[in-house]
Amino acid sequence: MLRLPAFDYIAPKSIEEAAAILAGEGTAEATAQGQALPVRLVAGGTDLWPNMKRRHQSAKTVVSLMEIPGLADIQANDPQGEIRIGATALLSDVAHHPQIRARYPAFAEAVESISSPPLRNMGTIGGNLCLDTRCTYYNQTEDWRRGIDYCLKEKGKTCWVATSSPKCLAHTASDAAPMLQALGARVRLVSREGGGGGTSERTIPIGELYRNDGIDYLTKRPEEILTEILLPGEADAGHCRSAFWKLRRRGSIDFAVLSAAVAVWMDGGGVVTKANIVLGAVASAPSAAEEAGAALVGQKLTEESIREAAGLARKVATPFDNTDFQAQWRGGMVERWVAGVLGGAGTLLSSFSPSESQEHS
Amino acid sequence: MAEPLRKEDPANDPIEDPLLDPEPAIERPLRWIGTPFRRVDGRAKVTGTTKFADDLTFPRMCHVKLVRSRIPHGTIRSIDFSAAEKIPGYLGSLTGADTPIPFGILPVSMDEHALCPDRVRFVGDPVAAVAATTEDAAYEAALAVIVEYDPLPTIASVEQAIATPEPRIHDYSDDGNLHKKVSMRFGDIEGGFAAADRIFEDLFFYEGNTHLPMEQHATVAVPEDDDRVTVWSSTQTPHYLHRALAKVLELPASRIRVIACSNGGGFGGKSDPFNHEIVAAKMALQLGRPAKIVLHREEVFYCHRGRHPVQMRMKTGVTKEGKITAHHLETALDGGAYGSYGVASTYYTGALETVTYEMPAYQFDGLRAFTNKPPCGPKRGHGTPQPRFGLEVQLDKIAVALGQNPADLRLQMLVAPESITANWLKLGSVSLDRCIEAVVAGSGYRERWGHLPEGRGLGLACGSYLCGAGLPIYWNHMPQSGVQLKIDRSGCVAVFCGEAEIGQGSDSVLAGIVAEVLGVDLSDLRLCVADTDLTPVDLGSYSSRVTLMMGNAALQAAERARDLIAKAVGDQLEVPADRLVFAERRVFDASDPEKGLTFQDAVIAAEARFGTLGTVGSYIPPRSPGKYRGAGVGPSPTYSYSASVVEVEVDPATGLWHPVHVWIAHDIGRALNPVLAIGQVEGGVYMGLGEVMMEEQAFRRLPRHLSNALVHKFPSMLEYKSPTFLDMPPVTTYLIEDPDPQGPYGAKEVGQGPLLPILPACANAIYDAVGARVDQVPIHPHMVLKALDAKKKGNEPRYGPKTFPEADYGETLLVKTPAQGGDGTAINEFRGKLRSGMRGVATGTMSTRDEALRQKKALTTKLEDR
Repeated sequence: MLRLPAFDYIAPKSIEEAAAILAGEGTAEATAQGQALPVRLVAGGTDLWPNMKRRHQSAKTVVSLMEIPGLADIQANDPQGEIRIGATALLSDVAHHPQIRARYPAFAEAVESISSPPLRNMGTIGGNLCLDTRCTYYNQTEDWRRGIDYCLKEKGKTCWVATSSPKCLAHTASDAAPMLQALGARVRLVSREGGGGGTSERTIPIGELYRNDGIDYLTKRPEEILTEILLPGEADAGHCRSAFWKLRRRGSIDFAVLSAAVAVWMDGGGVVTKANIVLGAVASAPSAAEEAGAALVGQKLTEESIREAAGLARKVATPFDNTDFQAQWRGGMVERWVAGVLGGAGTLLSSFSPSESQEHS
Repeated sequence: MAEPLRKEDPANDPIEDPLLDPEPAIERPLRWIGTPFRRVDGRAKVTGTTKFADDLTFPRMCHVKLVRSRIPHGTIRSIDFSAAEKIPGYLGSLTGADTPIPFGILPVSMDEHALCPDRVRFVGDPVAAVAATTEDAAYEAALAVIVEYDPLPTIASVEQAIATPEPRIHDYSDDGNLHKKVSMRFGDIEGGFAAADRIFEDLFFYEGNTHLPMEQHATVAVPEDDDRVTVWSSTQTPHYLHRALAKVLELPASRIRVIACSNGGGFGGKSDPFNHEIVAAKMALQLGRPAKIVLHREEVFYCHRGRHPVQMRMKTGVTKEGKITAHHLETALDGGAYGSYGVASTYYTGALETVTYEMPAYQFDGLRAFTNKPPCGPKRGHGTPQPRFGLEVQLDKIAVALGQNPADLRLQMLVAPESITANWLKLGSVSLDRCIEAVVAGSGYRERWGHLPEGRGLGLACGSYLCGAGLPIYWNHMPQSGVQLKIDRSGCVAVFCGEAEIGQGSDSVLAGIVAEVLGVDLSDLRLCVADTDLTPVDLGSYSSRVTLMMGNAALQAAERARDLIAKAVGDQLEVPADRLVFAERRVFDASDPEKGLTFQDAVIAAEARFGTLGTVGSYIPPRSPGKYRGAGVGPSPTYSYSASVVEVEVDPATGLWHPVHVWIAHDIGRALNPVLAIGQVEGGVYMGLGEVMMEEQAFRRLPRHLSNALVHKFPSMLEYKSPTFLDMPPVTTYLIEDPDPQGPYGAKEVGQGPLLPILPACANAIYDAVGARVDQVPIHPHMVLKALDAKKKGNEPRYGPKTFPEADYGETLLVKTPAQGGDGTAINEFRGKLRSGMRGVATGTMSTRDEALRQKKALTTKLEDR
């Protein structure tokens, strides 16, 4: 099989310790001036280890967050309040958490659609949010990538997806991200405080975590640690309805080639007061279809209003030929998926992928 | 062990009146055959104790990795090991200079080297090997080897191969970069088309795909004293590997021992001798320590030998009643960079076109191109699923055009059992009619086809496959399968056979037959299989040959042992030997069951009487009536038949579709173990669904002004899409039993045939659901959508190829059919025609029997001259 390269592995017992390591304290080789930190964080490792085996991500030192007490906790005691999910909470624990299932069923479904059960038992919610962007020219072995002289995302000069593109077009692959963004979730980022031995932190809306650039796809600074996801309490207070649709080849394992997440707030009469529509996998970052969401405000969810919003949502999607299915067809599916997911938001229909609708007897 | 299923009521047992029955022992109720007995390797497999090749480890064992070409075509300028040598644990290296002798599965295309000596022909071609004390070190060392190349122009398609005769990918070929060209005509093709009321012409395309066995190829070679080496490998064909090793290592075959480990799936992907196997053996001999090589998944995609991408042009003349008057098939195969089984694959795209429906006149033209991609070869169905897809889809179109039910169209033109086809294939039993009726009844096809709501559809298709290739890969007069039994006073029956278990259950078939004849339990047997030092030759697990060929050999060996024991026991008990029954671990008098011996005592009696006990059995298929050049591909002792109806659901808004239910009937002759047989049927259905729904071994170039790259699009299990069990619909299987005289207990094959009808049945079902024809596979949603868009615009509701590569197939071989009074030879056989390159070593599959006999005679004469 593919082999991992040699590296140092540290498993700190506290966030402070982890932040100190990331800040270069205690690892002499870690912070040569002007160089990228050869230190990487790992949680479940379901993304990093394969990437390191294929040698398109590398690290001198890997810092595991898995032995930090409490970082996997899910705090949902206040039925009206926000839910706090620790970054290393396993995807399966998130998906099966009774409070999350009750209050954010579409989010639970989005998480449950990630990969396959064994990987959800290993992968973490924080890891899914920080998932490296993907591309069929990039997620390949060292030997394969040498065969194309690498690509813009790593070591190469050209983005083979579109050779005239000045930026990397690798696509976002997180299922949790578009759903959390639609729900208005925030994330907490912690880093070492300059010199004093403590830590500083900032909390940002999840949409601000991402940048539409296949290489520099996170606004999180390398020395920051994503420690917590905060699901707002207000989301379930009003008439918020949410839904998640995912397009992929198979009923399991596959990354999304298109996902559509919506959260819609309605007044007592069913008139939309706020609508967030976020697409996954059709750009380097989750794509908020703000125009489409705004068009729904003041209207009821009818076939007509949904069709109009879906048409507007199509504009923010830029699918390329760097994942499964024909790119043009994927683009054509955006309207259908957004229409479907909005219809689902009206009735709380569940997530969908092509083969999940089949009968099993 | 579950209570055995008995086919007949013991009360009606014919052995009760032995005087009326000359062979009572055979007529007794069967204990194992026809029962769902637990497979003999089942417990080890489910508990994880089976030793696959990668599970083996030996003291001082080193790990070997291959350095593979990163360019699609070029000559090797230099190989620099200096960085690799510095890696701690590095032990040594090999290059093409160490393995200069070419090899290949077919004697006509020995065009491979264990390591490329001078030229690389695809991304993945191995150029060097490194060994180290650990797998990690070997992996780093392989990455550190620097190879420099001078690139050559590359060919990525059949069209490019035709347009680019030079430079050649290989020095030998039929014509430029066309590896093989075939043209043969059986009967009056012009007359047939002239007599037709309607003529249908279609173009089809079947994309290549790969086997995707769960187990990645692995080999461990252990050197012994005196230049001996034992090679454990995941291989379907230990005998052919044995021959290749002897050739390349330049060692007498008697000093090489090949042991095929249990295979974690093969499907044809482990039936070539492979470069990594030879490299492991060479490295072990060079370093004097055991050497292991385990491929990673990407390398398995480069080993490939999978389904050829095939473009097809098909022309069929029919009467208004729907009888075929003439059929013309052209196939263009994208062969990849090496020969592999490709010459046979080319013939196979045409050979079995005639074995299902009456076809009085038939023409086949085919070609195989060399391209700078991993070599294609045999995958489940070997060369036949592609034309079968075309034929069965075209028949669906014909039925619709003639206003007939597709099932009835087929039923009125089925071949007759035991008949000889236009291309001189001798058929055996044919129960295709029963297969069709079974799936039609099960699915309600007659009532529901054409009447389901929009988005739901039913499709029907048929298929047929060999029960073992009639000829071995290399020409010889020896048995194609051998079984040896050793029985001694312990009561243990040791069964030796060269067959290779690849998960299909061949060990269980072997055990079931021997246990049946000798009336013992499976636990009384000790199997020793696939060990070239110890077991008699069996050619391997390919061409669906094992059950029939090994089964017949096993039957013969066991019956000989039974007769020997019966003679001794008969004399001891003073009972006529033919009145003795072997059952329930006893040998007893049919007319007085109390009178008898335990099996062990019976063996003791025989050992005392005859000395050490051992028997052998062997099998050679009957001769085929075809004598024209190329007649060696297609003959089989008999053929299996399948019919399937698939129900699909299609979303006209997106083109997304999926199978809802599969009904499949398989004419198996007799199911030796119905559970194993159904497992094979379902596996074939699954693999067929994968090929029609999503699987494709696809390649990509980069913009030519920027890069010369020609790479596999996604050599990984994640991005090469294959269905998961979530995507698998329910399958209803009907085993159609009509014992065939050629098969052991009447058994025919089941490993490959059931795949064949699945793809066209899905395409036909999509048409029934939404009125769109997709004439290629896999059928992606955008194709369905495009066809529906065309329909909306009033155009032909079709998605598929629009062109077919035009090429000269060479002179057409003209063969009179049996109905025309032919004798199986060609009218215009051109034996003198020289093909370039490897003509001198042309033997085996590609030789006629006459040629081989001439060669044998020449060889004999030479020996006599000495």
